[in-house]
Amino acid sequence: MADKKQHILLDHGGGGQLSHELISGLMLPAFRNDILAQLNDGALLDIGANRLAFSTDTYVVDPVFFPGGDIGELAVNGTVNDIAMCGAVPLFLSAGLVVEEGFAMADLEKILASMGRAADAAGVKVVTGDTKVVPRGVADKIFINTSGIGQIHAGVNLSAEKARAGDCVILSGSIADHGMTILLQREEMAFEARLQSDTAPLNFLVARMLAASGEIHVLRDPTRGGVGSALNEIAVQSQVGIRIHEDRIAVKPAVAGVCDLLGFEPLYVANEGKLLAFVAAPHAEKVLAAMHEDPCGRDAAVIGEVVAENPGTVVMETRIGGSRIVPMLTGEQLPRIC
Amino acid sequence: MTVNGKPAYSRKELAAAFAARIRDAVRRPMRLMEVCGTHTVSIFRNGIRTLLPPEIALLSGPGCPVCVTAQQEIDAFIALARIEKVTVATFGDLMRVPGTLSTLRSEKADGRDIRMVYSALDALNIAAHNPDRRVVFIGVGFETTAPTIAASIVMAADRGINNFSVLAAHKLVPPVLAALMESGGVQIDGFLLPGHVSVIIGAQAYLPFVQQYGIPCVIAGFEAEDILNAILKLARQVANGGARLENAYKRVVSFEGNPRALALMHTVFEPVDAPWRGIGTIAASGLKIRKDFSRFDARKVFALDVPETGEPPGCACGDVLMGRKTPPQCALYKRICTPANPVGPCMVSSEGSCAAYYRYHGD
Ligand code: SF4
Repeated sequence: MADKKQHILLDHGGGGQLSHELISGLMLPAFRNDILAQLNDGALLDIGANRLAFSTDTYVVDPVFFPGGDIGELAVNGTVNDIAMCGAVPLFLSAGLVVEEGFAMADLEKILASMGRAADAAGVKVVTGDTKVVPRGVADKIFINTSGIGQIHAGVNLSAEKARAGDCVILSGSIADHGMTILLQREEMAFEARLQSDTAPLNFLVARMLAASGEIHVLRDPTRGGVGSALNEIAVQSQVGIRIHEDRIAVKPAVAGVCDLLGFEPLYVANEGKLLAFVAAPHAEKVLAAMHEDPCGRDAAVIGEVVAENPGTVVMETRIGGSRIVPMLTGEQLPRIC
Repeated sequence: MTVNGKPAYSRKELAAAFAARIRDAVRRPMRLMEVCGTHTVSIFRNGIRTLLPPEIALLSGPGCPVCVTAQQEIDAFIALARIEKVTVATFGDLMRVPGTLSTLRSEKADGRDIRMVYSALDALNIAAHNPDRRVVFIGVGFETTAPTIAASIVMAADRGINNFSVLAAHKLVPPVLAALMESGGVQIDGFLLPGHVSVIIGAQAYLPFVQQYGIPCVIAGFEAEDILNAILKLARQVANGGARLENAYKRVVSFEGNPRALALMHTVFEPVDAPWRGIGTIAASGLKIRKDFSRFDARKVFALDVPETGEPPGCACGDVLMGRKTPPQCALYKRICTPANPVGPCMVSSEGSCAAYYRYHGD
């Protein structure tokens, strides 16, 4: 067995237990500061009278082109969404590219064009960038880092610690589309299933929601690790229990079928165009109505509620009315999903 | 049942109705074993235990194909992968199972050609497309997968694909049921018998077992309602002192099974004594490739010399598979053995009891 203490394992990048150990064991001590320590999707900054959100993410998805998108679009939407989840309007992005020697020029053009289109669609500008080329074999095809800055909506104050007993948990649509699309592309599968990544910018949806209610406590896009991991993190950070209902969580039949076949649980599969919102119960209807107006929130539904019992734990009422724990997953996510 | 095109009952109502009937039927504590790993997972995923009265204890049995594969067999798979020009094709679950010194996954990371496939026929295709490689499919599993593997061997013979072979490590369900009863130490009041295996071997295959040991047995499907229905039937038999075989999965499982699949299986394979992890050798509980097809038998094609080994120290997989221990009763469970860092196969396979407990049980 590889020694966890000696070497980096793929699971250290998986978003599960080992990722957490890496962040709290190495990152936090190295950079020691109060803002990083909040561990939000992005950093919340007060600069003069301005409240800004600042976030960064690196994309290594394999394959780089997949049904429903490509690495460029994903890189723009991903950072746009991280900023949106801070309750901010994303404004400016940077793009850093690491390209492998020999990568097809036409593919690079396609990826950049798609980044441009994605930025236009999200209403952000890519204002600075950098490109490095490394020898063949040193990196696989292309990796992209994006960072972004956004301005936090006036009066908005979101954080993963703010879920409260009595909040409704809202999910913006069907889950597991992105992750299963990528996996299916990678497996040499003997069958065809038409899956599509859900990659999309969520900033307009978030703006509608924040306009509809001042009682949204937490926003989170359940990417790597899926809805199951995101809910667990919020349960821990807010020290509350979360109860969800399996029959209210939408999974497209084709996605559910592939999950079954490959032995994945949709709850832990990555999404790239979905969000979870924790909203004070009396405001849930208003927020839902606003979400239904947006193409990214058409299928939004209340999937559960926050409870005082069992802080730090997510429990699911199953389709047949039984109940079970939804644990934090350890070391089972596959690499290079995003 | 539907009324105006809509189900007359919701799944929750149906499950609640089953649960109420099960409660009515139960007179005394009973221990029921679900033999099949797919049942174990369905029971956990659906939270079925939370609907049952406290008198019913569900035990997981030796029905996860990866879990029952002996350490020695895993070592043989790894030895095979190290032979020059060999491509090993296997089901994904096997990749992470620790052998004595390595796993197929780390062998793959070291550059050996190991591919994940979903059926033996995929492996046959790899062989057809790579004539310079010697492609070996690792045949693990129960009667469910054996016929397809037999078919791949027959096809290889027909099409003259001579760079294909199978390392047969199959296990058979009825013999291990008998071994469970003989082993003593586990008190079992009834068996929930596997659906998929029964599709192939038919309900008839269990009759000798039920007659010899006089124990209630019910063949069950995999939906939550199928399982609840089968538990109800078992509970009623236990309460009334019954010892019958019932088929609660008639929409798929027939009395005689699938004669074509069985014939194919018997054309290619014959029973052989086989090693089970943590249990030991059980007579006529495995399958070996018949002489007529020996040129597709990886055990014959490659002179594999793998030393006998025991189980990983401290791993209680054998006890878990036999229902003698629940995973939390294993000293390594959660402390040292986790899905990220598994010690035994029961923590690796998605159908393994330890992995299921870890994922869904909560403590
Ligand atoms: S917890 Fe791990 S070591 Fe213990 S029986 Fe299960 S697989 Fe073996």
